[in-house]
Amino acid sequence: MKYVVQYLWLIPALPLLMAGLGALLKRNQRRLAASLAIGGVAVSWLLSCAAFFTSLSAHPFRQTWSFNWFDLADTTVPLGWVLDPLTAIMLMMVGLLALLIFIYSLGYMAHDWNFTRFFCFMSLFAAAMLGIVIANSLLLLFICWELVGLSSYLLIGFWFEKPAAAAAAKKAFITTRIGDIALLLGMLWLYSQSGTLLFYDHGHGCLEQSSLARLAAATTIGGMAVSTAIALLIFAGAVGKSGQVPLHVWLPDAMEGPTPVSALIHAATMVAAGVFLVARTYPLMSAGPHPAALQVITWVGAITAVFAAAIAVAQNDIKRIIAYSTISQLGYMMMGLGVGGVAVGMFHLITHAFFKSLLFLGAGSVIHGCHGEQDIRKMGGLRKLMPWTFATYAVGMMALCGVPLFFSGFWSKDEILRAAWAWPVSTVPFCLGAAGAFLTAFYMTRHASLVFLGKPADAASPAHESPSVMTVPLAILAVFAVLVGFLGTPAWPWFQAYLSGESAALSPSALIGGPQLALLLLSTAVVGGAFFLGWRIYGKAALQSSREIDPMQKSLPALFGLLQNKFFIDEIYAATVLRLNAAFARFADWMDRVIWGGAVNALSALTVLCSRLNRAFDDSGINAGFDLGCEELRGAGGFLSWMQNGRVQRYLRIAGMGLGLLLLAFIWGCA
Amino acid sequence: MPGEIAFYLIALFTVAFAAAAMTLRRLVHCALCAAAAFAGLAMIYLQLDAEFVGFAQLLVYVGAIAILIVFAVLLTRGDEVAPGNKQSSPSWMAEVAVAVLVLAAMAIAILRSPSLHRLASPGAAAPVKRIGEELMTRYILPLEMVGVLLTGALLGAVVIAMRDESEPKQPERVVSHLSDPKEEVVSR
Amino acid sequence: MSTPLSHYLILSALLFSIGFAGAVARRSAIIVLIGIELMLNAANLNFIAFWRYGTHPEALTGVMFVLFSIAIAAAEAAVGLALVIAIYRQRKTAQVDRLDSLRG
Repeated sequence: MKYVVQYLWLIPALPLLMAGLGALLKRNQRRLAASLAIGGVAVSWLLSCAAFFTSLSAHPFRQTWSFNWFDLADTTVPLGWVLDPLTAIMLMMVGLLALLIFIYSLGYMAHDWNFTRFFCFMSLFAAAMLGIVIANSLLLLFICWELVGLSSYLLIGFWFEKPAAAAAAKKAFITTRIGDIALLLGMLWLYSQSGTLLFYDHGHGCLEQSSLARLAAATTIGGMAVSTAIALLIFAGAVGKSGQVPLHVWLPDAMEGPTPVSALIHAATMVAAGVFLVARTYPLMSAGPHPAALQVITWVGAITAVFAAAIAVAQNDIKRIIAYSTISQLGYMMMGLGVGGVAVGMFHLITHAFFKSLLFLGAGSVIHGCHGEQDIRKMGGLRKLMPWTFATYAVGMMALCGVPLFFSGFWSKDEILRAAWAWPVSTVPFCLGAAGAFLTAFYMTRHASLVFLGKPADAASPAHESPSVMTVPLAILAVFAVLVGFLGTPAWPWFQAYLSGESAALSPSALIGGPQLALLLLSTAVVGGAFFLGWRIYGKAALQSSREIDPMQKSLPALFGLLQNKFFIDEIYAATVLRLNAAFARFADWMDRVIWGGAVNALSALTVLCSRLNRAFDDSGINAGFDLGCEELRGAGGFLSWMQNGRVQRYLRIAGMGLGLLLLAFIWGCA
Repeated sequence: MPGEIAFYLIALFTVAFAAAAMTLRRLVHCALCAAAAFAGLAMIYLQLDAEFVGFAQLLVYVGAIAILIVFAVLLTRGDEVAPGNKQSSPSWMAEVAVAVLVLAAMAIAILRSPSLHRLASPGAAAPVKRIGEELMTRYILPLEMVGVLLTGALLGAVVIAMRDESEPKQPERVVSHLSDPKEEVVSR
Repeated sequence: MSTPLSHYLILSALLFSIGFAGAVARRSAIIVLIGIELMLNAANLNFIAFWRYGTHPEALTGVMFVLFSIAIAAAEAAVGLALVIAIYRQRKTAQVDRLDSLRG
């Protein structure tokens, strides 16, 4: 079955081809553009299914296929792809979500002028994301990483005529770039230490035992193991891409892009790429007896989870709330990776992909139905007006909050909390996780109440339900949001077993045993408490439809203000980093204009001066001298011609004089 | 001794007539004195045992060239300078001075040379037979060329001096810048 | 011959300078031509004298030269006088100081 791995490259290549073809289309060839994109992604997903089924055939399953990209003197640079459970599960998720969101975009972007360009960029993004997933070489991963960043830039700034969108695209790209520099440094260091960038290469790869042992043994500054240092650098790249604190500032602004973009890129896939990267390089992160990198990852994740959730409480833009929710959940994923391992983090990633994209698409449906309105304070009573949207949105919301038993978010979050509780280093992440869960449920209640409950805000032009091309994907996603959860319950941990290469056993007793039951009850209590509080504050107020001032804002104005202004992080950055950058840019500009430009101008002035001197010399020296010479010659000629008076006798006389003198000269000469 | 006296006499004769030819006022007189000078020279040639040359001198110079000069004088009669006008150019003293300079230079050269005392080698003769032989052998090419030259000169002289009857009579005009308006009118 | 060569040479020089003086100092073109003939003759005399008083008189070099010189002088006199006549016909003058249209 080696050919499956060998042709794995087709999975990203097809959307890439569709993107290339789509770039050649004219603006009015909408159906063709959409068909190409959806067709490409659909076939790609079918191939991903085939790959997935292949990966079920053995435990553990890992097949790689690599080739030499180019040779540099005596070193070769190989690229390759790998098919293992991690890859397969990601391929399935990315492919399916891409397909559903593309179909959704048919309806959402139907009235957009740049329909074809949208699908071209989305195909490009899908190709790049699939490339990250299958990459066996850190170099190939990095290439696709950058491509994903580029696609994100293009799609955030899709409506580039809006200054806010253009600024948001720039911000996203630059902020993730900061992380990417660290990732590149880590990559270079890893290459120099292990001599290869291939992850798995029959024992020679950089994530395999021999290389890891060497990396863990070597130490660097501060007694840190080299493997930890590299792992931290790689994690820094993930921090940028996955919106962890402190590089989270771009994600909320990225909501300027169209909602399908937010759903696909900034909820399910691209931001998950950072989590995926950590999962992929997990052997490196966990190498050695005391993996300090994992501790850092856990703390960063935990802090992000609570930080973002707190901010989400005070936001008023429908998409921004979900964006901060995404940042918070990414923090959970990182925390899960740190405390529990690949399976824990990845399970939450998969479930989150489904319910978060569901929430985003639902928000898109709401925005579409409310004719472009995005402020939740101006919405209300959409429960009756948009029933399908409300139903699917409710499923997504409950999955996110972690409502017990039926919703996938519950099970994945439960895994994380269980692992955090059992973490030997500290229980603070567990507390932070629990606090985050509380806040999540609280803000989602607020959010849902303000949007769907109460009386409609604008009775004149009422909201309408979205077309079925938009609601059917919502329904499909809602189904998955429920079902995926059952793949990873403690009763039948198929997902965890699949990822770690064991076989899973169905054991319902695991649900009850040990701390498991206590955790289940605790998370239920947390969610229930948050729902109650949220309902008390917002649900009823929504019913009363007096929402000029947010109730929390009335009671805790300072705290609310702090949260609403995102802890002033953007302002702090603007005052420090951006000012420094601007100052440096101004300095560079001054240098360029005054110093380098001055040098060039001085040189040119010198040249002009030389040419002027040359000209002057030429005019007064050479020309004048020459003219003078010619004048003298003319004078002499004139004199000679004046001497010719035409009279022969004078000529004869002169000849005679000459003869006489010559003779005399001869006589005296010879005498 | 007698040769010397003869030489002095003939020399005096020749020089006198030559000087006369150069100084006399009327052109015909000049021409005739020139002829006499040529004749005197012929006599000197004879004295120098170059008989053929002497006779050739008489024939050509006296018999042809002098006559030709006389013809030319007669044909350009109208331009005879009226009595009162200067015969010689205004700067004749400078010219004569130059001539004296030339004479002086040559004289000094001669007098300082060993020729002063050279005497004639006896028995030098130029028989006509020998001259003929030389002309026909050694000097054949110059002879032919002189023939061509003489033919050309003859034709040229005829062409130059021919009165051009084909052209319509043009009003006479004097192009010289120094022309006196009085002398524009031709009196024949 | 008892007269030394120098006598003949002096005579020749004298005739030459007389001819030169006339050619240069007189206004009439014909006198100029006569002067030139005199100069030529003086040269001829020089040649004959040197032939007579020189080495190898049997080579007849001087004589031949003079013969050719006489022939050429005749041709030149003919052409020259024809020119004078033509000029006289054209310009109505044979005074050389009037014939200066080649002045520069």
